Amino acid sequence: MIQFVVHEQSDGVGVVVVEGVKAGQELAGWIMEDDKDIKVTARSDIPIGHKVALRDYKPGDTVIKYGVDIGKVVAPIKQGEHAHVHNIKTKRW
Amino acid sequence: MDLSKATFWGYRRENGRVGVRNHVIVLPVDDISNAAAEAVANNIKGTMALPHPYGRLQFGADLDLHFRTLIGTGSNPNVAAVVVIGIEEGWTQKVVEGIKKTGKPVAGFGIELHGDHDTIMRASKAAKEFVQWAGELRREERPLKDLWVSTKCGESDTTSGCGANPTVGNAFDKLYPHGVTLCFGETTELTGGEHLVAARCRDDKVRARFQFMFDRYQDVINRHKTNDLSDSQPTKGNIAGGLTTIEEKALGNIQKIGRKCLVDGVLDKAEEPTGPGLWFMDSSSAAAEMVTLCAAAGFTVHLFPTGQGNVIGNPILPVIKLCANPRTVRTMSEHVDVDVSGLLRRELTPDAAGDKLLESMFHTANGRLTAAEALGHREFVLTRLYESA
Repeated sequence: MIQFVVHEQSDGVGVVVVEGVKAGQELAGWIMEDDKDIKVTARSDIPIGHKVALRDYKPGDTVIKYGVDIGKVVAPIKQGEHAHVHNIKTKRW
Repeated sequence: MDLSKATFWGYRRENGRVGVRNHVIVLPVDDISNAAAEAVANNIKGTMALPHPYGRLQFGADLDLHFRTLIGTGSNPNVAAVVVIGIEEGWTQKVVEGIKKTGKPVAGFGIELHGDHDTIMRASKAAKEFVQWAGELRREERPLKDLWVSTKCGESDTTSGCGANPTVGNAFDKLYPHGVTLCFGETTELTGGEHLVAARCRDDKVRARFQFMFDRYQDVINRHKTNDLSDSQPTKGNIAGGLTTIEEKALGNIQKIGRKCLVDGVLDKAEEPTGPGLWFMDSSSAAAEMVTLCAAAGFTVHLFPTGQGNVIGNPILPVIKLCANPRTVRTMSEHVDVDVSGLLRRELTPDAAGDKLLESMFHTANGRLTAAEALGHREFVLTRLYESA
């Protein structure tokens, strides 16, 4: 049973794929590209489909997903926290 | 799945193209002809009107696109015959002549000098002849390469990028070597991953054309944007589903073109491809607009991954929905043709998911109605480039 997936080894975020993830829960993950296991402890309640940070970030950092830049960090994020529009923004437009 | 001898049962049209549906459509040229077109479709059972809100005082490239979309829709091999109704003769005949090039039966009726009553009567008589004639057409077994398959995703979320979109990619990678004509688009929704699409272009000429289309659309965004387009690209539904930035959405989107197929050519909106392979079509990322453009370009089956649950359909192009989000599959099951949520439980391999989608595609091509068809989703939405005169 997995609770989140990660596209590539180099990604700094994973995607929660089950409903009801709560802060404090230990999550089992699957790195799809490399077919490897990974673990992280959730620090926030995270809805299904939303991202969990796999490392600490500070404002100005770049977030990598699919092995590619998906935007910049605008508020500090700790490993295990919910990573979304409140702390990441596009670099385009 | 071995596709080397794969076939489907379709309707071979006069021009050699093969359709998977046998619609007789009543096509208004303009907004004010909708009432007559709908009356004809109501009179003559088995026909379908395609009402839309445009067609008056358009000009230049916007008018060209209007005609290209209407003529392309009528010319699509999923359509057996067409009744065209417009407010006046000139533009009505222009659409008729365009569709006539396919060799299929088509008749046009102008309303001016006749009024709605007489137009509806004359058009109904033609529609009745067409629908009775079309009823005798039979499906025949055709090679896979006669199928034209388009894709576009909608109300995506992060599960689209992990599950449903790579499933389409897997199917595209399997279809591509068999000479199938394939299409993707959604120009702004490549933003952040455009370099990956450019790298997949067959040669520098295709790459330059792709970059031209990409930059042209970025100019539109930059000219009109008021913020970073959040709530529209990504949409509110995307954001609710966990997608944060356009880059993230784009990288998920691009999963649909698989890992092996090359981008063989670039099409303008509603432009028909000239050979097999994977085509990029410049297009809006709004679901109904993009699927309407695919239908007008001649595609006969559409693969539509969704995350949060887009319910779109098209009047003439069967739209197959696939979804990897277990919550959406549970709460909106009547819209989902192919459930690939097992991918995210590690229960389904990408290869098996691709096969599952292809099986559904063959069932659909052979005549099984998609969820969207059964539910009556007939979104016919014309793309506009700018204001009317």
